[in-house]
Amino acid sequence: MRPILEVKDLSVSFDVFGGEVQAIRGVNFTVNEGEAVAIVGESGSGKSVTAQTVMRLIATPPGRIKNGSIMFNGRDLLSLSEKEMRKVRGNEIGMIFQDPMTSLNPTMTIGSQITEGLVKHQKLSHSAAKTRAIELLKMVGIPNPEVRLKQYPHNFSGGMRQRVMIAIALACNPALLIADEPTTALDVTIQAQIMELMKDLQKQMNTSIILITHDLGVVADVCDRVIVMYAGQVVETGTIKEIFRNPQHPYTKGLLKSLPRLNQSKDEPLIPIHGTPPDLIKPPQGCGFCSRCEDAMRICATEAPEVTTISETQMVRCWLQDPRAAKGAGMGKEESA
Amino acid sequence: MSDNFVEVQGLRKFFNVGNNRILKAVNDISFSIKQGETLGLVGESGCGKSTAGRTIIRLYEPTAGSVTVDGVEVTKLSKSKMKAQRRNMQMIFQDPFASLNPRMTILDIIGEALDIHGLAGSRAERKRRVEELLELVGLNAEHASRFPHEFSGGQRQRIGITRALAVEPKFIICDEPISALDVSIQAQVINLLMDLQKKMDLTYLFVAHDLSMVKYMSDRVAVMYLGKIVEIAKSEDLYANPQHPYTTALLSAIPVPDIEDEGRKERIVLQGDLPSPINPPSGCPFRTRCPAATERCAQEAPELRETRPGHLAACHYA
Repeated sequence: MRPILEVKDLSVSFDVFGGEVQAIRGVNFTVNEGEAVAIVGESGSGKSVTAQTVMRLIATPPGRIKNGSIMFNGRDLLSLSEKEMRKVRGNEIGMIFQDPMTSLNPTMTIGSQITEGLVKHQKLSHSAAKTRAIELLKMVGIPNPEVRLKQYPHNFSGGMRQRVMIAIALACNPALLIADEPTTALDVTIQAQIMELMKDLQKQMNTSIILITHDLGVVADVCDRVIVMYAGQVVETGTIKEIFRNPQHPYTKGLLKSLPRLNQSKDEPLIPIHGTPPDLIKPPQGCGFCSRCEDAMRICATEAPEVTTISETQMVRCWLQDPRAAKGAGMGKEESA
Repeated sequence: MSDNFVEVQGLRKFFNVGNNRILKAVNDISFSIKQGETLGLVGESGCGKSTAGRTIIRLYEPTAGSVTVDGVEVTKLSKSKMKAQRRNMQMIFQDPFASLNPRMTILDIIGEALDIHGLAGSRAERKRRVEELLELVGLNAEHASRFPHEFSGGQRQRIGITRALAVEPKFIICDEPISALDVSIQAQVINLLMDLQKKMDLTYLFVAHDLSMVKYMSDRVAVMYLGKIVEIAKSEDLYANPQHPYTTALLSAIPVPDIEDEGRKERIVLQGDLPSPINPPSGCPFRTRCPAATERCAQEAPELRETRPGHLAACHYA
């Protein structure tokens, strides 16, 4: 598989009143052609900042891209001018935002919001763009597209607006689609509809997808590979099978254990991850997860762990998995996977 | 009737939305909760589950129906009597960022509840009581002098819980207490709520849309659709043998955080959105999205009836 997006050593900071928030600290990952990759992590872990940096949507200032490169189809997006970047956004990379209620323009009809990109990027005539817009609305499952085209966002329900967002994001057949928590604001029944739709579209058009979410259920359902972020770093990556069956990082394990399973009885307590994520104005010297980790060792507090390769596809940033760690370190509390 | 701690009968809450249109947010619901029990209330947004919670505690005045808590019919109480009654029933709100006054210290936020009900004699006693409560929910006594912005979402939700507990209520309505929190924090708050329930013999009405959490937390679960309860049963029974097609679809839509496909029910993707509660469909409210709807569903509204022992469902074909 050919990599379509390669993010290398990316660091982004925000200068705020209290100091420098190091939102992402040396992030590396790749996305292959036709692949759906999930970025999971809690609020503040840097997953949305990563996505916005790929789209170059970070406001500078206060944001600042300190380091790194983002290679997309052989070009470094960070070296493009704003004018060149505008040709990438919406055209080669589509983005779906979290909140369908606020990310559409309330004063423009749905039709003109979909055709805007088509006319600008694909140089379609207005009538051709309209025909394509109707096609797109049909594809995302909106009934009566001819009528709906002339309506405004307030005429649509949340699920329908998210479909419109998807139609806009897909209008120019982007090679990469970034979906930032596309179903968080929606109900489970509508979420199921949107997820089915995204899976279908991925198959039909061979689009690569980056799905940002904190819902591991959605990840298991849609994605091929998972990137787990914590405190601005990638702490673990792997295929969904590796992440769900053989997680290596204590944070990944904790996340999986803190969710109730449908067959879990009431007497079995949930196992929460204690504490809260660190403050990224003063990121910890060692491992970011150290203060919440039950298996933390002395070195974890003082030195940041390096990346350890578990398999061809699985990598983890944890001292416990380091080849130099004593065999069985921290394994006391683990059941065998 | 006697062993039911909370008894809701025929509760309705209609909102007048102008132009002579009436939004029937809660339309004739009845249920009861035993002492020490947790009843989960689930449904999609707009189904009326939060309105039901708020009407029970009389943050909204009910349009019709009665609510009895601990033998007192709260729907008939005068304003001043209601204030006293609220000592027995408290609420935990959804958004821990919006439900704490940013200009008050934690001591005052929690102390206010004590002041209103005259539970703290002196300032020193008030402070001591607040500190005790903070420790009960896993915060420190020193936190009392801080302001809400100094806390994370999970900690704020603990403060919201502390405020509800301050007056030693017997019945707590939890309105989506965890939906604004991160996954890793949700389990902390749920474990806390369940611990407190055991310690203090609390009765919960747990309103939420996260079906796996509700299943885990509740003894019984009621499913709402368009202002009506469509199914109510013991939680294991509801999840194992859903009787109403809406419940079946809702359960199948839960994304399972695992990759094993065995045992996963085939997903039923419901078409369309929730119909408007201003102009609900005739007959069964779910018929417009129901895969098994027939003529009869359009004409006759199904009654909530017992289809299995202790399991009620409102469907002609259950």
